[in-house]
Amino acid sequence: MKEIVVISGKGGTGKTSITASFAHIAGEEIIVADCDVDAADMHLLMGPDFGQSEDFYSGELAYIDQDACIKCGKCQEVCRFDAIPIIDGQYIVDPLECEGCGYCARICPTEAITNSEQNVGKWLLSGIRTGASMVHARLNIGAENSGKLVAKVKNEAKAIAEEKNKRAVLVDGSPGIGCPVVSSLSGAAFTVLVTEPTVSGLHDLKRVYTLVKKFGIKAGCIINKADLNETVLGDTKIFLSEEDIVLLAEIPYNDKFTEAMTNGKTVVEWDTELGKIVSGSWEKIKEIVKL
Amino acid sequence: MKIAIASGKGGTGKTTLSTNLASYIAESRDCVLADLDVEEPNSGLFIKGELIHVEDKFKMIPEWNRETCELCGNCQKVCNFNAVLKMGKMIMVFPELCHGCYACSELCPTGSLPMKFKKMGELKSYRTGNLHFIESRLIIGEEQAVPLIKQTIDYVNENFDMEMIKIYDSPPGTSCPVIEATKDADLVILVTEPTPFGLHDLKLAVETVKQLGKPFVVVINRHGIGNDGVERYCKEDDIEIIARVPNDRLIAETYARGDLLYPVIPSVKEAVKVISGYIESFKRGEK
Repeated sequence: MKEIVVISGKGGTGKTSITASFAHIAGEEIIVADCDVDAADMHLLMGPDFGQSEDFYSGELAYIDQDACIKCGKCQEVCRFDAIPIIDGQYIVDPLECEGCGYCARICPTEAITNSEQNVGKWLLSGIRTGASMVHARLNIGAENSGKLVAKVKNEAKAIAEEKNKRAVLVDGSPGIGCPVVSSLSGAAFTVLVTEPTVSGLHDLKRVYTLVKKFGIKAGCIINKADLNETVLGDTKIFLSEEDIVLLAEIPYNDKFTEAMTNGKTVVEWDTELGKIVSGSWEKIKEIVKL
Repeated sequence: MKIAIASGKGGTGKTTLSTNLASYIAESRDCVLADLDVEEPNSGLFIKGELIHVEDKFKMIPEWNRETCELCGNCQKVCNFNAVLKMGKMIMVFPELCHGCYACSELCPTGSLPMKFKKMGELKSYRTGNLHFIESRLIIGEEQAVPLIKQTIDYVNENFDMEMIKIYDSPPGTSCPVIEATKDADLVILVTEPTPFGLHDLKLAVETVKQLGKPFVVVINRHGIGNDGVERYCKEDDIEIIARVPNDRLIAETYARGDLLYPVIPSVKEAVKVISGYIESFKRGEK
Protein backbone atom coordinates (compact mmCIF):
# COMPACT_ATOMS: atom_id res chain seq x y z
CA MET A 1 0.00 0.00 0.00
CA LYS A 2 1.44 3.34 -1.09
CA GLU A 3 0.83 6.92 -0.10
CA ILE A 4 0.72 9.53 -2.81
CA VAL A 5 0.78 13.04 -1.35
CA VAL A 6 -0.20 16.14 -3.32
CA ILE A 7 1.26 19.39 -2.00
CA SER A 8 1.92 22.86 -3.36
CA GLY A 9 3.70 25.19 -0.95
CA LYS A 10 1.76 28.11 -2.38
CA GLY A 11 -2.03 28.19 -2.09
CA GLY A 12 -4.37 28.58 -5.04
CA THR A 13 -2.33 26.60 -7.55
CA GLY A 14 -5.11 24.06 -8.09
CA LYS A 15 -3.85 21.38 -5.70
CA THR A 16 -7.26 20.35 -4.41
CA SER A 17 -8.93 20.47 -7.85
CA ILE A 18 -6.23 18.16 -9.21
CA THR A 19 -6.30 15.79 -6.23
CA ALA A 20 -10.08 15.53 -6.54
CA SER A 21 -9.66 14.74 -10.23
CA PHE A 22 -7.23 11.94 -9.39
CA ALA A 23 -9.73 10.61 -6.86
CA HIS A 24 -12.40 10.65 -9.54
CA ILE A 25 -10.23 8.77 -12.05
CA ALA A 26 -9.00 6.20 -9.52
CA GLY A 27 -12.49 5.51 -8.18
CA GLU A 28 -12.64 2.58 -5.80
CA GLU A 29 -8.97 1.65 -6.32
CA ILE A 30 -7.84 4.04 -3.61
CA ILE A 31 -8.65 5.60 -0.25
CA VAL A 32 -8.77 9.39 -0.17
CA ALA A 33 -7.38 11.45 2.72
CA ASP A 34 -7.86 15.22 2.96
CA CYS A 35 -4.96 16.35 5.13
CA ASP A 36 -5.52 20.05 4.48
CA VAL A 37 -7.39 20.05 7.79
CA ASP A 38 -7.03 23.77 8.34
CA ALA A 39 -9.13 24.79 5.36
CA ALA A 40 -10.47 21.50 4.06
CA ASP A 41 -12.23 21.97 0.72
CA MET A 42 -11.90 18.66 -1.08
CA HIS A 43 -15.17 17.28 0.27
CA LEU A 44 -17.01 19.99 -1.67
CA LEU A 45 -16.19 18.09 -4.87
CA MET A 46 -16.50 14.55 -3.53
CA GLY A 47 -20.09 14.33 -2.33
CA PRO A 48 -19.28 12.78 1.06
CA ASP A 49 -22.02 11.11 3.13
CA PHE A 50 -20.39 12.14 6.46
CA GLY A 51 -21.03 8.56 7.57
CA GLN A 52 -18.96 8.54 10.72
CA SER A 53 -17.43 11.27 12.77
CA GLU A 54 -15.37 11.28 15.93
CA ASP A 55 -14.07 14.07 18.15
CA PHE A 56 -10.33 14.43 18.21
CA TYR A 57 -8.53 15.30 21.42
CA SER A 58 -4.96 16.44 21.49
CA GLY A 59 -2.83 18.68 23.62
CA GLU A 60 -3.74 20.20 26.93
CA LEU A 61 -5.14 23.42 28.29
CA ALA A 62 -4.55 24.74 31.80
CA TYR A 63 -7.40 25.77 34.08
CA ILE A 64 -7.04 27.65 37.37
CA ASP A 65 -9.44 26.90 40.20
CA GLN A 66 -10.02 30.35 41.69
CA ASP A 67 -11.07 28.95 45.08
CA ALA A 68 -7.76 27.15 45.49
CA CYS A 69 -5.62 29.94 44.02
CA ILE A 70 -3.61 31.95 46.57
CA LYS A 71 -2.50 34.50 43.93
CA CYS A 72 1.20 33.86 44.44
CA GLY A 73 1.82 34.58 40.75
CA LYS A 74 4.27 31.69 40.25
CA CYS A 75 2.28 30.36 37.27
CA GLN A 76 2.49 33.69 35.50
CA GLU A 77 6.20 33.88 36.24
CA VAL A 78 7.04 30.54 34.61
CA CYS A 79 4.69 30.82 31.64
CA ARG A 80 6.76 31.54 28.52
CA PHE A 81 3.67 32.11 26.43
CA ASP A 82 2.19 35.05 28.37
CA ALA A 83 -0.92 32.93 28.70
CA ILE A 84 -1.81 33.84 32.30
CA PRO A 85 -2.92 37.47 32.52
CA ILE A 86 -4.53 38.99 35.60
CA ILE A 87 -8.14 39.87 34.86
CA ASP A 88 -10.21 41.56 37.57
CA GLY A 89 -7.65 40.55 40.18
CA GLN A 90 -7.67 36.88 39.16
CA TYR A 91 -5.07 34.80 37.37
CA ILE A 92 -6.86 33.50 34.26
CA VAL A 93 -5.61 31.20 31.50
CA ASP A 94 -5.99 32.62 27.99
CA PRO A 95 -6.95 29.56 25.94
CA LEU A 96 -5.61 31.02 22.68
CA GLU A 97 -2.17 31.59 24.18
CA CYS A 98 -1.84 28.46 26.33
CA GLU A 99 0.45 25.90 24.68
CA GLY A 100 -0.52 23.18 27.14
CA CYS A 101 3.01 22.61 28.41
CA GLY A 102 1.69 21.97 31.92
CA TYR A 103 4.58 23.81 33.61
CA CYS A 104 2.24 26.07 35.62
CA ALA A 105 0.35 23.10 37.05
CA ARG A 106 3.60 21.43 38.10
CA ILE A 107 4.83 24.38 40.15
CA CYS A 108 1.52 25.62 41.62
CA PRO A 109 1.97 25.33 45.42
CA THR A 110 -1.75 24.73 46.07
CA GLU A 111 -2.39 22.46 43.08
CA ALA A 112 -5.00 24.90 41.87
CA ILE A 113 -4.16 24.29 38.23
CA THR A 114 -5.38 21.30 36.28
CA ASN A 115 -4.79 20.37 32.67
CA SER A 116 -7.46 18.91 30.48
CA GLU A 117 -7.23 17.36 27.04
CA GLN A 118 -8.44 19.66 24.32
CA ASN A 119 -11.05 18.86 21.74
CA VAL A 120 -9.25 20.31 18.71
CA GLY A 121 -11.66 19.15 16.04
CA LYS A 122 -13.09 16.02 14.56
CA TRP A 123 -12.22 13.51 11.90
CA LEU A 124 -14.74 11.96 9.56
CA LEU A 125 -15.06 8.84 7.49
CA SER A 126 -17.28 9.25 4.44
CA GLY A 127 -18.37 7.24 1.48
CA ILE A 128 -17.93 9.50 -1.55
CA ARG A 129 -19.57 9.58 -4.96
CA THR A 130 -16.65 7.81 -6.66
CA GLY A 131 -17.46 4.72 -4.58
CA ALA A 132 -14.31 5.13 -2.49
CA SER A 133 -13.93 5.95 1.18
CA MET A 134 -12.57 9.31 2.24
CA VAL A 135 -11.09 10.32 5.58
CA HIS A 136 -11.27 14.03 6.27
CA ALA A 137 -11.29 16.37 9.23
CA ARG A 138 -12.31 19.68 10.62
CA LEU A 139 -9.90 21.53 12.87
CA ASN A 140 -11.53 23.84 15.38
CA ILE A 141 -10.93 27.55 14.92
CA GLY A 142 -7.55 28.61 16.21
CA ALA A 143 -6.70 25.10 17.34
CA GLU A 144 -3.17 23.89 17.88
CA ASN A 145 -1.88 20.50 16.91
CA SER A 146 -3.09 20.46 13.34
CA GLY A 147 -0.07 18.26 12.63
CA LYS A 148 -1.46 15.63 14.97
CA LEU A 149 -4.89 15.75 13.33
CA VAL A 150 -3.19 15.33 9.95
CA ALA A 151 -1.39 12.27 11.31
CA LYS A 152 -4.70 10.91 12.59
CA VAL A 153 -6.41 11.36 9.21
CA LYS A 154 -3.54 9.64 7.44
CA ASN A 155 -3.32 6.77 9.86
CA GLU A 156 -7.06 6.12 9.66
CA ALA A 157 -6.90 6.20 5.85
CA LYS A 158 -3.96 3.78 5.88
CA ALA A 159 -5.74 1.40 8.23
CA ILE A 160 -8.81 1.35 5.97
CA ALA A 161 -6.64 0.83 2.90
CA GLU A 162 -4.97 -2.17 4.56
CA GLU A 163 -8.27 -3.58 5.69
CA LYS A 164 -9.95 -3.19 2.30
CA ASN A 165 -6.85 -4.28 0.45
CA LYS A 166 -6.50 -1.05 -1.52
CA ARG A 167 -3.25 -0.28 -3.24
CA ALA A 168 -2.95 3.40 -2.45
CA VAL A 169 -3.92 6.31 -0.25
CA LEU A 170 -4.27 9.60 -2.10
CA VAL A 171 -3.51 12.53 0.19
CA ASP A 172 -4.47 16.17 -0.33
CA GLY A 173 -1.68 17.82 1.66
CA SER A 174 -1.52 21.15 3.47
CA PRO A 175 0.06 24.41 2.31
CA GLY A 176 3.26 25.88 3.72
CA ILE A 177 6.31 24.08 5.14
CA GLY A 178 5.32 23.81 8.83
CA CYS A 179 4.06 20.99 11.05
CA PRO A 180 0.94 19.98 9.05
CA VAL A 181 3.02 19.56 5.87
CA VAL A 182 5.73 17.64 7.68
CA SER A 183 2.96 15.39 9.00
CA SER A 184 1.42 15.02 5.52
CA LEU A 185 4.74 14.01 4.00
CA SER A 186 5.95 11.45 6.50
CA GLY A 187 5.73 7.97 5.05
CA ALA A 188 4.88 9.08 1.50
CA ALA A 189 5.96 6.95 -1.45
CA PHE A 190 5.58 9.78 -3.95
CA THR A 191 4.91 13.51 -3.81
CA VAL A 192 3.05 15.43 -6.47
CA LEU A 193 4.02 19.11 -6.43
CA VAL A 194 1.42 21.38 -7.97
CA THR A 195 2.86 24.71 -9.03
CA GLU A 196 2.24 27.68 -11.34
CA PRO A 197 4.77 29.67 -13.38
CA THR A 198 4.61 32.81 -11.28
CA VAL A 199 7.51 34.20 -9.26
CA SER A 200 5.65 33.25 -6.07
CA GLY A 201 4.81 29.78 -7.38
CA LEU A 202 8.43 29.00 -8.21
CA HIS A 203 9.71 30.50 -4.96
CA ASP A 204 7.34 28.37 -2.89
CA LEU A 205 8.00 25.26 -4.99
CA LYS A 206 11.70 25.52 -4.24
CA ARG A 207 11.09 25.91 -0.51
CA VAL A 208 8.65 23.05 -0.19
CA TYR A 209 10.82 20.80 -2.34
CA THR A 210 13.75 21.36 0.02
CA LEU A 211 11.50 19.85 2.68
CA VAL A 212 10.49 16.92 0.43
CA LYS A 213 14.17 16.26 -0.24
CA LYS A 214 14.91 16.08 3.48
CA PHE A 215 12.45 13.20 3.62
CA GLY A 216 14.08 11.59 0.59
CA ILE A 217 10.74 11.24 -1.21
CA LYS A 218 10.59 10.95 -4.99
CA ALA A 219 8.62 13.77 -6.59
CA GLY A 220 6.77 14.73 -9.73
CA CYS A 221 5.43 18.12 -10.68
CA ILE A 222 2.31 19.45 -12.37
CA ILE A 223 2.64 22.96 -13.75
CA ASN A 224 -0.82 24.50 -13.73
CA LYS A 225 -1.63 27.75 -15.59
CA ALA A 226 1.49 26.85 -17.60
CA ASP A 227 1.03 29.56 -20.25
CA LEU A 228 0.94 32.48 -17.78
CA ASN A 229 4.59 33.36 -18.13
CA GLU A 230 7.10 31.80 -20.50
CA THR A 231 10.20 32.94 -18.63
CA VAL A 232 9.10 31.59 -15.25
CA LEU A 233 7.86 28.42 -16.97
CA GLY A 234 11.35 27.97 -18.38
CA ASP A 235 12.94 28.60 -14.98
CA THR A 236 10.56 26.12 -13.38
CA LYS A 237 11.48 23.43 -15.90
CA ILE A 238 15.19 24.05 -15.37
CA PHE A 239 14.66 23.64 -11.63
CA LEU A 240 12.74 20.40 -12.17
CA SER A 241 15.42 18.87 -14.36
CA GLU A 242 18.23 19.96 -12.02
CA GLU A 243 16.47 18.32 -9.12
CA ASP A 244 15.44 15.25 -11.08
CA ILE A 245 11.74 15.92 -10.54
CA VAL A 246 9.48 14.29 -13.13
CA LEU A 247 7.37 16.78 -15.11
CA LEU A 248 3.97 15.11 -15.00
CA ALA A 249 1.89 17.64 -16.91
CA GLU A 250 1.55 21.20 -18.11
CA ILE A 251 -1.99 22.47 -17.82
CA PRO A 252 -2.94 25.73 -19.59
CA TYR A 253 -4.49 28.67 -17.72
CA ASN A 254 -8.20 28.03 -17.97
CA ASP A 255 -11.23 29.36 -16.10
CA LYS A 256 -12.88 25.96 -16.63
CA PHE A 257 -11.12 24.80 -13.44
CA THR A 258 -13.21 27.31 -11.51
CA GLU A 259 -16.31 26.55 -13.54
CA ALA A 260 -16.05 22.85 -12.69
CA MET A 261 -15.56 23.64 -9.00
CA THR A 262 -18.50 26.05 -9.00
CA ASN A 263 -20.64 23.20 -10.29
CA GLY A 264 -19.33 20.80 -7.66
CA LYS A 265 -17.47 18.75 -10.26
CA THR A 266 -13.88 17.73 -10.78
CA VAL A 267 -12.20 19.10 -13.87
CA VAL A 268 -11.99 15.64 -15.51
CA GLU A 269 -15.78 15.48 -15.46
CA TRP A 270 -16.16 19.01 -16.79
CA ASP A 271 -13.77 19.47 -19.68
CA THR A 272 -12.49 16.78 -22.04
CA GLU A 273 -9.28 18.57 -23.04
CA LEU A 274 -8.19 19.43 -19.49
CA GLY A 275 -9.44 16.02 -18.39
CA LYS A 276 -7.09 14.29 -20.80
CA ILE A 277 -4.07 16.16 -19.45
CA VAL A 278 -4.94 15.41 -15.83
CA SER A 279 -5.67 11.74 -16.59
CA GLY A 280 -2.35 11.51 -18.41
CA SER A 281 -0.51 12.73 -15.33
CA TRP A 282 -2.31 10.20 -13.11
CA GLU A 283 -1.26 7.41 -15.49
CA LYS A 284 2.34 8.58 -15.20
CA ILE A 285 2.12 8.59 -11.41
CA LYS A 286 0.72 5.06 -11.41
CA GLU A 287 3.57 3.93 -13.59
CA ILE A 288 6.21 5.56 -11.39
CA VAL A 289 4.91 4.19 -8.10
CA LYS A 290 3.98 0.87 -9.76
CA LEU A 291 0.34 0.89 -8.74
CA MET B 1 -2.82 51.21 13.25
CA LYS B 2 -2.45 47.59 12.21
CA ILE B 3 -4.30 46.01 9.31
CA ALA B 4 -4.08 42.23 8.85
CA ILE B 5 -4.73 40.91 5.36
CA ALA B 6 -5.94 37.35 5.81
CA SER B 7 -7.96 34.58 4.18
CA GLY B 8 -8.90 31.01 5.00
CA LYS B 9 -8.05 29.67 1.57
CA GLY B 10 -4.58 30.06 0.14
CA GLY B 11 -3.94 31.76 -3.16
CA THR B 12 -6.84 34.22 -3.01
CA GLY B 13 -4.60 37.28 -3.29
CA LYS B 14 -3.40 38.22 0.21
CA THR B 15 0.10 39.02 -0.94
CA THR B 16 -1.14 40.82 -4.05
CA LEU B 17 -3.39 43.04 -1.97
CA SER B 18 -0.82 43.60 0.79
CA THR B 19 2.01 44.63 -1.54
CA ASN B 20 -0.15 46.83 -3.78
CA LEU B 21 -1.98 48.48 -0.90
CA ALA B 22 1.19 49.17 1.07
CA SER B 23 3.02 50.54 -1.97
CA TYR B 24 0.05 52.74 -2.85
CA ILE B 25 -0.24 54.12 0.69
CA ALA B 26 3.53 54.72 0.76
CA GLU B 27 3.18 57.10 -2.20
CA SER B 28 1.80 59.68 0.20
CA ARG B 29 2.98 58.71 3.71
CA ASP B 30 5.04 56.28 5.78
CA CYS B 31 3.74 52.73 5.75
CA VAL B 32 4.99 49.41 7.10
CA LEU B 33 4.46 46.12 5.30
CA ALA B 34 5.26 42.99 7.33
CA ASP B 35 5.23 39.58 5.68
CA LEU B 36 4.02 37.24 8.43
CA ASP B 37 3.59 34.25 6.13
CA VAL B 38 6.97 33.06 7.40
CA GLU B 39 6.60 29.57 5.91
CA GLU B 40 6.23 30.85 2.37
CA PRO B 41 7.03 34.58 2.37
CA ASN B 42 6.29 36.10 -1.04
CA SER B 43 5.81 39.84 -0.51
CA GLY B 44 9.53 40.39 -1.05
CA LEU B 45 9.19 39.20 -4.64
CA PHE B 46 7.12 42.31 -5.39
CA ILE B 47 8.89 44.90 -3.23
CA LYS B 48 12.36 45.97 -4.23
CA GLY B 49 13.98 48.01 -1.51
CA GLU B 50 17.29 48.75 0.10
CA LEU B 51 18.29 46.23 2.78
CA ILE B 52 18.55 48.16 6.05
CA HIS B 53 18.87 45.50 8.69
CA VAL B 54 19.19 41.72 9.10
CA GLU B 55 18.90 39.73 12.29
CA ASP B 56 18.77 36.07 13.18
CA LYS B 57 15.73 34.94 15.13
CA PHE B 58 16.09 32.29 17.77
CA LYS B 59 14.02 29.97 19.83
CA MET B 60 15.20 28.51 23.11
CA ILE B 61 15.74 24.78 23.44
CA PRO B 62 17.37 22.70 26.16
CA GLU B 63 20.80 21.16 25.72
CA TRP B 64 21.83 18.13 27.73
CA ASN B 65 24.88 18.29 29.95
CA ARG B 66 25.91 14.70 30.53
CA GLU B 67 28.59 15.63 33.09
CA THR B 68 26.12 16.82 35.72
CA CYS B 69 23.04 14.73 34.78
CA GLU B 70 21.98 12.09 37.29
CA LEU B 71 19.57 10.45 34.85
CA CYS B 72 16.56 10.86 37.14
CA GLY B 73 14.25 11.14 34.14
CA ASN B 74 12.28 14.09 35.49
CA CYS B 75 12.79 16.01 32.24
CA GLN B 76 11.01 13.34 30.23
CA LYS B 77 8.23 13.24 32.81
CA VAL B 78 7.54 16.99 32.67
CA CYS B 79 7.70 17.39 28.88
CA ASN B 80 4.22 17.38 27.40
CA PHE B 81 5.53 17.36 23.83
CA ASN B 82 7.72 14.22 23.87
CA ALA B 83 10.64 16.47 23.02
CA VAL B 84 12.90 15.07 25.75
CA LEU B 85 13.47 11.34 26.03
CA LYS B 86 15.59 9.28 28.39
CA MET B 87 17.06 6.40 26.48
CA GLY B 88 19.31 4.20 28.57
CA LYS B 89 22.08 6.44 29.82
CA MET B 90 21.26 9.21 27.38
CA ILE B 91 18.90 12.16 27.40
CA MET B 92 17.80 13.01 23.87
CA VAL B 93 16.32 16.37 22.93
CA PHE B 94 14.20 16.70 19.77
CA PRO B 95 14.41 20.42 18.95
CA GLU B 96 11.68 20.38 16.31
CA LEU B 97 9.17 19.10 18.88
CA CYS B 98 10.23 21.51 21.64
CA HIS B 99 7.90 24.40 22.39
CA GLY B 100 10.44 26.20 24.57
CA CYS B 101 8.40 26.06 27.79
CA TYR B 102 11.53 25.70 29.98
CA ALA B 103 9.86 23.09 32.23
CA CYS B 104 12.52 20.39 31.74
CA SER B 105 15.29 22.90 32.15
CA GLU B 106 14.07 24.74 35.24
CA LEU B 107 12.70 21.65 36.97
CA CYS B 108 15.90 19.65 36.47
CA PRO B 109 17.31 19.06 39.98
CA THR B 110 20.92 19.31 38.77
CA GLY B 111 20.47 22.04 36.16
CA SER B 112 21.65 19.69 33.44
CA LEU B 113 19.41 21.00 30.68
CA PRO B 114 20.36 24.66 30.24
CA MET B 115 18.38 26.51 27.58
CA LYS B 116 20.38 27.45 24.48
CA PHE B 117 19.62 29.61 21.48
CA LYS B 118 18.63 27.82 18.29
CA LYS B 119 18.20 29.76 15.07
CA MET B 120 14.72 29.33 13.61
CA GLY B 121 14.72 32.04 10.99
CA GLU B 122 15.88 35.41 9.77
CA LEU B 123 14.29 38.83 9.81
CA LYS B 124 15.15 41.41 7.17
CA SER B 125 14.13 45.02 7.02
CA TYR B 126 14.07 46.96 3.74
CA ARG B 127 13.28 50.52 2.81
CA THR B 128 12.04 52.02 -0.42
CA GLY B 129 10.76 55.59 -0.27
CA ASN B 130 8.15 55.76 2.49
CA LEU B 131 7.70 52.01 2.56
CA HIS B 132 9.29 49.99 5.36
CA PHE B 133 9.22 46.32 4.46
CA ILE B 134 9.87 43.62 7.06
CA GLU B 135 10.18 39.99 6.09
CA SER B 136 10.81 36.91 8.22
CA ARG B 137 11.68 33.52 6.84
CA LEU B 138 11.36 30.26 8.72
CA ILE B 139 14.28 27.84 8.25
CA ILE B 140 13.06 24.87 6.23
CA GLY B 141 12.61 21.92 8.57
CA GLU B 142 11.48 24.11 11.48
CA GLU B 143 7.87 23.16 12.13
CA GLN B 144 6.61 25.98 14.30
CA ALA B 145 5.83 29.27 12.63
CA VAL B 146 4.17 30.95 15.62
CA PRO B 147 7.29 31.98 17.61
CA LEU B 148 8.79 33.65 14.53
CA ILE B 149 5.52 35.46 13.72
CA LYS B 150 5.39 36.70 17.30
CA GLN B 151 8.96 38.01 17.21
CA THR B 152 8.35 39.72 13.88
CA ILE B 153 5.32 41.57 15.25
CA ASP B 154 7.38 42.54 18.31
CA TYR B 155 10.06 43.94 16.00
CA VAL B 156 7.48 46.03 14.12
CA ASN B 157 5.96 47.33 17.35
CA GLU B 158 9.35 48.28 18.77
CA ASN B 159 10.66 50.00 15.67
CA PHE B 160 7.73 51.90 14.24
CA ASP B 161 5.41 54.56 15.49
CA MET B 162 2.01 53.42 16.81
CA GLU B 163 0.16 55.74 14.45
CA MET B 164 1.84 54.54 11.28
CA ILE B 165 -0.26 52.28 9.04
CA LYS B 166 1.06 48.75 9.21
CA ILE B 167 -0.06 46.08 6.76
CA TYR B 168 0.36 42.46 7.90
CA ASP B 169 0.45 39.90 5.09
CA SER B 170 -0.85 36.94 7.09
CA PRO B 171 -0.48 33.18 6.62
CA PRO B 172 -3.44 31.18 5.23
CA GLY B 173 -5.72 28.92 7.24
CA THR B 174 -7.52 29.27 10.56
CA SER B 175 -5.12 27.65 13.02
CA CYS B 176 -2.39 28.98 15.28
CA PRO B 177 -0.22 30.87 12.73
CA VAL B 178 -3.08 33.05 11.47
CA ILE B 179 -4.35 33.69 15.00
CA GLU B 180 -0.90 34.90 15.96
CA ALA B 181 -0.78 37.21 12.93
CA THR B 182 -4.25 38.73 13.35
CA LYS B 183 -4.81 38.96 17.10
CA ASP B 184 -2.73 42.11 17.35
CA ALA B 185 -4.54 43.85 14.45
CA ASP B 186 -7.02 46.74 14.67
CA LEU B 187 -8.79 45.70 11.48
CA VAL B 188 -8.79 42.49 9.46
CA ILE B 189 -9.33 42.49 5.69
CA LEU B 190 -10.39 39.06 4.46
CA VAL B 191 -9.55 38.37 0.83
CA THR B 192 -11.67 35.76 -0.89
CA GLU B 193 -12.69 34.58 -4.32
CA PRO B 194 -16.32 34.04 -5.40
CA THR B 195 -16.13 30.24 -5.65
CA PRO B 196 -17.37 27.40 -3.43
CA PHE B 197 -13.84 26.89 -2.03
CA GLY B 198 -13.53 30.62 -1.45
CA LEU B 199 -16.90 30.78 0.32
CA HIS B 200 -16.27 27.72 2.46
CA ASP B 201 -12.95 29.06 3.69
CA LEU B 202 -14.26 32.63 4.06
CA LYS B 203 -16.85 31.33 6.52
CA LEU B 204 -14.08 29.71 8.56
CA ALA B 205 -12.03 32.90 8.45
CA VAL B 206 -15.06 34.95 9.57
CA GLU B 207 -15.58 32.58 12.51
CA THR B 208 -11.92 33.01 13.41
CA VAL B 209 -11.91 36.82 13.42
CA LYS B 210 -15.25 36.89 15.25
CA GLN B 211 -13.76 34.71 17.95
CA LEU B 212 -10.89 37.18 18.24
CA GLY B 213 -13.41 40.00 18.43
CA LYS B 214 -11.81 41.90 15.55
CA PRO B 215 -13.63 44.25 13.19
CA PHE B 216 -13.36 42.89 9.67
CA VAL B 217 -14.37 43.56 6.08
CA VAL B 218 -14.14 41.55 2.86
CA VAL B 219 -12.41 42.12 -0.46
CA ILE B 220 -13.47 39.89 -3.35
CA ASN B 221 -10.71 38.98 -5.76
CA ARG B 222 -11.28 37.44 -9.22
CA HIS B 223 -14.72 39.04 -9.20
CA GLY B 224 -16.86 37.79 -12.09
CA ILE B 225 -15.72 34.18 -11.93
CA GLY B 226 -17.59 31.46 -10.03
CA ASN B 227 -21.00 32.33 -8.60
CA ASP B 228 -22.77 34.77 -6.30
CA GLY B 229 -22.43 32.60 -3.16
CA VAL B 230 -19.96 34.91 -1.44
CA GLU B 231 -22.04 38.02 -2.21
CA ARG B 232 -25.19 36.40 -0.84
CA TYR B 233 -23.44 35.15 2.29
CA CYS B 234 -21.97 38.59 3.03
CA LYS B 235 -25.36 40.25 2.51
CA GLU B 236 -27.18 37.79 4.77
CA ASP B 237 -24.58 38.07 7.52
CA ASP B 238 -24.25 41.82 7.17
CA ILE B 239 -20.59 41.69 6.22
CA GLU B 240 -19.27 44.68 4.33
CA ILE B 241 -17.57 44.05 1.00
CA ILE B 242 -15.32 47.08 0.52
CA ALA B 243 -13.85 46.28 -2.90
CA ARG B 244 -13.99 43.89 -5.82
CA VAL B 245 -11.00 43.15 -8.05
CA PRO B 246 -12.05 41.72 -11.43
CA ASN B 247 -11.00 38.32 -12.77
CA ASP B 248 -8.55 39.30 -15.46
CA ARG B 249 -5.85 37.29 -17.18
CA LEU B 250 -3.73 40.43 -17.46
CA ILE B 251 -3.66 40.62 -13.64
CA ALA B 252 -2.50 37.00 -13.44
CA GLU B 253 0.22 37.67 -16.03
CA THR B 254 1.46 40.82 -14.30
CA TYR B 255 1.51 39.00 -10.96
CA ALA B 256 3.34 36.06 -12.57
CA ARG B 257 6.22 38.42 -13.51
CA GLY B 258 6.49 39.74 -9.96
CA ASP B 259 5.28 43.23 -10.86
CA LEU B 260 2.97 45.43 -8.81
CA LEU B 261 -0.47 45.68 -10.37
CA TYR B 262 -1.88 49.08 -9.51
CA PRO B 263 0.61 51.17 -11.53
CA VAL B 264 -0.47 49.41 -14.73
CA ILE B 265 -4.00 48.10 -14.15
CA PRO B 266 -6.64 50.80 -13.55
CA SER B 267 -9.20 48.45 -11.90
CA VAL B 268 -6.62 47.47 -9.28
CA LYS B 269 -5.62 51.09 -8.71
CA GLU B 270 -9.27 51.95 -8.13
CA ALA B 271 -9.58 49.05 -5.65
CA VAL B 272 -6.50 49.95 -3.59
CA LYS B 273 -7.65 53.58 -3.55
CA VAL B 274 -11.01 52.56 -2.14
CA ILE B 275 -9.42 50.21 0.43
CA SER B 276 -6.90 52.83 1.49
CA GLY B 277 -9.76 55.32 1.84
CA TYR B 278 -11.62 52.83 4.00
CA ILE B 279 -8.55 52.39 6.23
CA GLU B 280 -8.26 56.18 6.59
CA SER B 281 -11.86 56.58 7.69
CA PHE B 282 -11.54 53.56 9.99
CA LYS B 283 -8.51 55.23 11.53
CA ARG B 284 -10.49 58.41 12.09
CA GLY B 285 -13.11 56.33 13.85
CA GLU B 286 -15.78 56.86 11.21
CA LYS B 287 -16.30 53.15 10.58
